[in-house]
Amino acid sequence: METYNAGTYDVIVIGAGHAGCEAALAAARMGCKTLVLTLSIDQIALMPCNPSIGGPAKGHLVREIDALGGQMGINIDHSYIQIRMLNTGKGPAVHALRAQADKWLYQRIMIDTLEKEPNLTVKQATVVGLLVKNGRVQGVITQTGAVFGCRAIVLTTGTYLLGKIIIGDVSYSGGPNGQFAATELSTSLRDLGLELGRFKTGTPMRVDKRTVDFSKLIEQPGDSSLYFSFTSKNINRPNISCWLTYTNERTHQIIRNNLHRSPLYSGMIKGVGPRYCPSIEDKVVRFPDKPSHQVFLELEGLNTQEVYMQGLSTSLPEDVQVELLHTIKGLEKAEIMRAGYAIEYDYLIPTQLKLTLECKKIAGLFSAGQINGTSGYEEAAAQGLIAGINAALQVKEKEPFILKRSEAYIGVLIDDLVTKGTNEPYRMLTSRAEYRLILRQDNADLRLTEKGYELGLITEERYQAFLKKKEQISKEIKRFEETVVSPQNQALQKMFAEKNSTELKSGTTLLELLRRPELSYADLAAIYPPETELSNDVTEQVEIQIKYEGYIKKQMAQIEQFEKLEKKRLSPDLNYENITGLSREAQQKLAKFKPESIGQASRISGVSPADINVLLIYLEQQRRKAVQKDD
Amino acid sequence: MDDTIAAIATPPGEGGIGIIRISGSEAFSIINRIFQPKNAARWATQKSHQIYLGKIVRHKPKKVVLDEVLVTLMRGPHSFTGEDVVEINCHGGYLPLKLILQLVLEQGARLATPGEFSKRAFLNGRLDLSQAEAIIDVIRAKTEKGLDVALSHLEGKLKEVIDSLSDKIIRILAYLEASIDFPDDEIEAMSREEMLASLDDCLGDIAKLLKGFQTGKIYREGLKTVIIGKPNVGKSSLLNALLKENRAIVTDIPGTTRDVIEEYLNIGGVAIKIIDTAGIRQTEDLVEKIGVEKTIELISQADLVLIVVDAATGLTEEDYQVIELVKQAEKKFLLLVNKIDLKQNLNQDLELGAEDKFLTISAKYGQGLEKLEQAIQDLVGSGELKTDSAYMITRERHYESLRRAKKHLEDTKSALLSNLSYDFLTIDLKAALTALGEINGQTASEDIIDRIFKDFCIGK
Repeated sequence: METYNAGTYDVIVIGAGHAGCEAALAAARMGCKTLVLTLSIDQIALMPCNPSIGGPAKGHLVREIDALGGQMGINIDHSYIQIRMLNTGKGPAVHALRAQADKWLYQRIMIDTLEKEPNLTVKQATVVGLLVKNGRVQGVITQTGAVFGCRAIVLTTGTYLLGKIIIGDVSYSGGPNGQFAATELSTSLRDLGLELGRFKTGTPMRVDKRTVDFSKLIEQPGDSSLYFSFTSKNINRPNISCWLTYTNERTHQIIRNNLHRSPLYSGMIKGVGPRYCPSIEDKVVRFPDKPSHQVFLELEGLNTQEVYMQGLSTSLPEDVQVELLHTIKGLEKAEIMRAGYAIEYDYLIPTQLKLTLECKKIAGLFSAGQINGTSGYEEAAAQGLIAGINAALQVKEKEPFILKRSEAYIGVLIDDLVTKGTNEPYRMLTSRAEYRLILRQDNADLRLTEKGYELGLITEERYQAFLKKKEQISKEIKRFEETVVSPQNQALQKMFAEKNSTELKSGTTLLELLRRPELSYADLAAIYPPETELSNDVTEQVEIQIKYEGYIKKQMAQIEQFEKLEKKRLSPDLNYENITGLSREAQQKLAKFKPESIGQASRISGVSPADINVLLIYLEQQRRKAVQKDD
Repeated sequence: MDDTIAAIATPPGEGGIGIIRISGSEAFSIINRIFQPKNAARWATQKSHQIYLGKIVRHKPKKVVLDEVLVTLMRGPHSFTGEDVVEINCHGGYLPLKLILQLVLEQGARLATPGEFSKRAFLNGRLDLSQAEAIIDVIRAKTEKGLDVALSHLEGKLKEVIDSLSDKIIRILAYLEASIDFPDDEIEAMSREEMLASLDDCLGDIAKLLKGFQTGKIYREGLKTVIIGKPNVGKSSLLNALLKENRAIVTDIPGTTRDVIEEYLNIGGVAIKIIDTAGIRQTEDLVEKIGVEKTIELISQADLVLIVVDAATGLTEEDYQVIELVKQAEKKFLLLVNKIDLKQNLNQDLELGAEDKFLTISAKYGQGLEKLEQAIQDLVGSGELKTDSAYMITRERHYESLRRAKKHLEDTKSALLSNLSYDFLTIDLKAALTALGEINGQTASEDIIDRIFKDFCIGK
């Protein structure tokens, strides 16, 4: 093949899915000349599976991406057709926004954003190889012979690497949603010495809205206007309902009768699937006693008839899909528009990456998104943002950007991937975060916007608005601290009676009152209003910070303990073979991963608390030796 | 941790057998240089977990046979420390042990620091923390009961109790986390009542363990007891009488004065440590009154005070003073009316007062001693002697961790009762788990390392 020099860039992003979009926009906004290459411009920001963004932990990621200046939050705010707050019956740490998107609109807006971004060039091309010299990236080469030079590459190829679609007994090479797979890039990566694994994931069938009997289904309406982005206000979006039905014993019987034709059970699928997103056949086999499973029907957009069948992810043969669908209440006459399928794909084993998402072996090569073994658009976008930021920082020869587990879910995500690896498609859960109470979706901006500003991803205007918000919060908290209320206050007494709150015997502060679980900020502000009216954002923060101060302090104390071990640095030259007392497994893992701190070492699988104790003792011995030498 | 360590594993003193233990990568090569086996062919196999008869021989400056010994080879990881271990069973006695140890050290081993063998065993995962500590307790056990408790910990019984506690907590946590992360799914509910019941269960277990601590501590360290009273009331006779019947162990630490000798009694499985026995004997010998200050000091050190008065001479002002001092110090005490074998000058009902419990004894003739033993057992709360020894924790460290776990579980309970949301409950529950993890070494932290290894002693 004849090749030609097609131009030089600072950063090249391969793939324009959710990770690729964030990476490309971040690098461009930070001043790098950026190129994004995609197999198909029409599939930019494709949502091949669930038409939704958010949910517990995932919603948190989106808020953090937005707080740092990323795009996903803004994009969904302009394209959702339903939005709800989940877990409202539980504490603020686990409140989670979840929106259903108009898929087509979501894509259009993102494509538009990419195309109009200064410093960013969009091209349609299939990358077949990476050019690497002396352990550093030089550029990429495409199927049609174009050679692009660059200083950093961000690999965000999602599930396209050697993708194989499997529906029952039928299988063929392909990417998600009828796209073609990337077949040569995997080989190129292996040639560079990178280790790849194989995963699978699945998606349910799409059904024609007009063939569903909604009268037999349970309606689930959305909430009032809510937004993901801290910058969104007054965007007029619809809020439609989604619908619920259930499988039954007849459905399950059909599935059982056809398990031998299911690729998972017939051994055709080699990849490991996600536990948190099991196919319907998985569910029926693993929970045989459950008489029914939930099925949520979600519209895929305002201008389409397609309905997404959440809960019916499957790779059973098409005829079986039709049959089982018709046993479900409300779906007796349903027509399938797109069949459900499983897709098997290559992924890059993420323990080969540093915390910056750069490959340990190849300088300048960053990797983000489902290619790292995660599942979900939000997990992908979060990684893309970080990879794009770090690629740009490297080009500018600045210090890399790493978020800690105690600072953001993004930190938890990347630390988990890079330190522990994963043996199934990784999905973010709130239980993965040790400091859930600190990492709330409502305070993402307070935690991260300052950093986004320093990186250059937050405009001056937005930053000023943010500073103002911070000031208002601390002022209002101070006012609560200082305002003394008297037991004589009639309005107060009345309110106490209504709320069943204990009478006041002596004067106390508003702060003390707000600590009572039965009283809210609104209750107290009605009687003791602030000078200037404050927005909900501000008052919500005031309420949370005051009410949960005790618990927040507990978590902060735990974070301090955590920091101690994170601060104990481990040199990359440390020879773990010399440290006796480590278990064989720990020795091997530590030598392979080369953790940067004792904290990170403690999270590597195979390294036990006893091994950590050994490391602590060893470091102490080294420290004492060094001190003795000085004496 | 690269060094090969060695130490005398048996206590000092003369005994039939003394053991030197060597652990580390050089252990086998060291023994090969100094051991002359009786059956050379058999020794050549160097088979692990076998006992070999032979001699320890020093070659330089000239060839000397130090002792006839039995050598056991234990190849790691199947040894106490997880490393290669050699044990030399030689004739017990100061000299053979010293000479052989010297030779071993010359061959390249280093003298083990206190507790180093157990430390290596723990770090190599051969023991968990409570087991490692239990070893110390087995060694130091002074009574059968103490031994019983220590052995059950060694067998991992305490670990089992802690593990079962942790499991209960994890079950609640799992449910809470699942319902937080999957709000739309229909998770089999754990009702509020169920959670409260489970928490109460755990709190009950912890209460049992905490209660066992006081008793366990006494079993492990002995009940410090002091015998006071004016001169010539028969304190010395009482001591002798008790020792004759109940002497447990006498620890003779060479190079120390008689003042520091500890006398132990075993009364119903409880180790009674009589303090200031020298003082007791002295005052009898010299007919000297011990000063008030000294009396107060003794009382403050004691867990139990035995006040002796003389029934033959009757009660004097001094006696009342002593009784008053003990009451003021709020110590457990027994009033012993001695010399009932002689003509009584004491109207027990009137002079002693109805509230004061007392026992009548004759130390000289051994009368009333059984009642005394029973009274001591009752005071110690020996109803709890029947408590499952697995529930007895003996270490301050364990007590501390359990106290914290208790607090966290109580916080969880009150949060649940105040209807605080699930994610708050998880914070306290996880804190409780971490506290429990400190007992078994599941929680890694610097502070723990420092604290636990302070207690260990040489050879073990």
